[in-house]
Amino acid sequence: MSLLVLNSLSAHRAKLPVLEDITLDIQPGECIGLIGPNGAGKTTLMRATLGLLPFEGHSSLAALPPAKRARAVAWMPQSREIAWPVSVATLIALGRIPHLPRGASLRPADQAAVRAAITRMGLEDMAGRTVTRLSGGERARVLIARTLAQETPLLLADEPIAGLDPAHQISTMQVFADLAREGRAALISLHDLGLAARHCTRLLMLSAGRLVADGPPGEVLSERNMAQVFGVSAYYSETDNGPVFQPMEVLP
Amino acid sequence: MRLAGILIALVAVLFTVSLISGYSNTSMADSLAALIRDNGTPLSVVMREIRLPRALLAMMIGISLGLSGAAMQGYLRNPLAEPGLIGVSGAAALGAVLAIQSGFALSYALALPLSALGMAVLAVLAILFLAGPRGSSITLILAGIAISALAGALTSLVLNLSPNPFAAAEIVFWMMGSLADRSFQHVWLALPFMVVGWALLLSLGRGLDALTLGEDAAEAMGMRMTRMRLVLILGIAASVGAATAVAGVIGFVGLIVPHLLRGIVGARPSVLLWASALGGAAMVLAADIAVRELFPTRDLKLGVLMAMIGAPLFLHLIYKTRKEMA
Repeated sequence: MSLLVLNSLSAHRAKLPVLEDITLDIQPGECIGLIGPNGAGKTTLMRATLGLLPFEGHSSLAALPPAKRARAVAWMPQSREIAWPVSVATLIALGRIPHLPRGASLRPADQAAVRAAITRMGLEDMAGRTVTRLSGGERARVLIARTLAQETPLLLADEPIAGLDPAHQISTMQVFADLAREGRAALISLHDLGLAARHCTRLLMLSAGRLVADGPPGEVLSERNMAQVFGVSAYYSETDNGPVFQPMEVLP
Repeated sequence: MRLAGILIALVAVLFTVSLISGYSNTSMADSLAALIRDNGTPLSVVMREIRLPRALLAMMIGISLGLSGAAMQGYLRNPLAEPGLIGVSGAAALGAVLAIQSGFALSYALALPLSALGMAVLAVLAILFLAGPRGSSITLILAGIAISALAGALTSLVLNLSPNPFAAAEIVFWMMGSLADRSFQHVWLALPFMVVGWALLLSLGRGLDALTLGEDAAEAMGMRMTRMRLVLILGIAASVGAATAVAGVIGFVGLIVPHLLRGIVGARPSVLLWASALGGAAMVLAADIAVRELFPTRDLKLGVLMAMIGAPLFLHLIYKTRKEMA
């Protein structure tokens, strides 16, 4: 059972193509990294997938009615906008909105989901604090917890680990990998290819709006792909401690 | 929950005080007895046909302004937003001014508010047309500013060209906003619009909560932005348009009330909607009591007093915000 099917998805902005003919399929158990240089179309691909911008082709999620879609996929946009000074717990509980009947307050199951999300992201000590007073990295973790509280089979996150310290980058990637092991799936865009290589089961490499590689990290992060798409040389090695990947030099 | 109880009690107390305050020396017990049972005395007429509609209108207008202000701030995610932003109150005022200037207002009691409401409806149609089909908030603000500016300019033009100084004075006084000499006719005219407006605005709670995370995240949580914006515009237009039509322009309530309550009930927009409706009712009731008690012999206008209270409160909020940011 696919959690997402894209079929020849294309998108245009001011008549210029920003996504061309993307076809892919996401299964439960996958932790997928979406990689590519700045402007490759990562954000556009995720937003089109969700039906947040006009596109041609087919997206199984965009085809769902909004209320149903919100129970099939959770979305963490790149902008970490939080408009009001509410508590961390209140903000995370916003993730329950798609599950709540109109006008209802949080039921025990919803409260359990909020607590589980807080625990997963290690935010127990912060639950009572005001979100607008948190640092950028802390906010990001709270927003990830918000998407986790939505408890959807699929999670889409746009650069969720940007701005986090190394320990929290690793633990957050671990959370996404854990979701996949539990039979859910995550599609996250990121620039840290080393973490992508270590924690993702599959990578999607975008270049100028085209999906140029799709497969296990070892294959996608090939010397040739790195040179052609990112213009860098890179070091890749399978160790007893898992894969180690490090971009090295900008190629002339 | 406890705060809701306190706010409801506050509104109930102020409503009662509003009923017994005014230019006549009667005991509270006599006044209330005359209100409840029509005993044929002049006091009964005063209570039932002057004081009661006045208190009801103050409450209804307060609910409309507070609720609209909270909804507008939640939708735009900006604590400085206020219901007047979409231009409906300015347009309603223009409608009233035209009714006074043309003499149409004298033809029958509801001519003025009906003309104001008609203009408010026109403004809504213009805003929907100008703001475009997609659910963006920027185009809504721009359309609102354009309509407000146009309504303001036309109002000035009418005043400017008014050949009759009495009509001009009446227009100026009307625009200051007041609840004096209103009757149940005004209540029955405004109430249906307001109730529809309140229902529309209260239905926005979930969506406004989701909007805390931005338009993209809210849309991905199943909110339909285009529909939300339409409901917001119609809700504010119906409630604030009706409020302006019967009482003139009363500013600051929609701006100050949600701002004050945010510190007390928390910043979650859905909770703030209810709280601001009650808080708005309390504030307008209190202000309308004050205009009668402070200068019983002078006709102090409600809108003027509101601005006199609102502006310093606003200054205090700036000071508080500055201190928090430092």
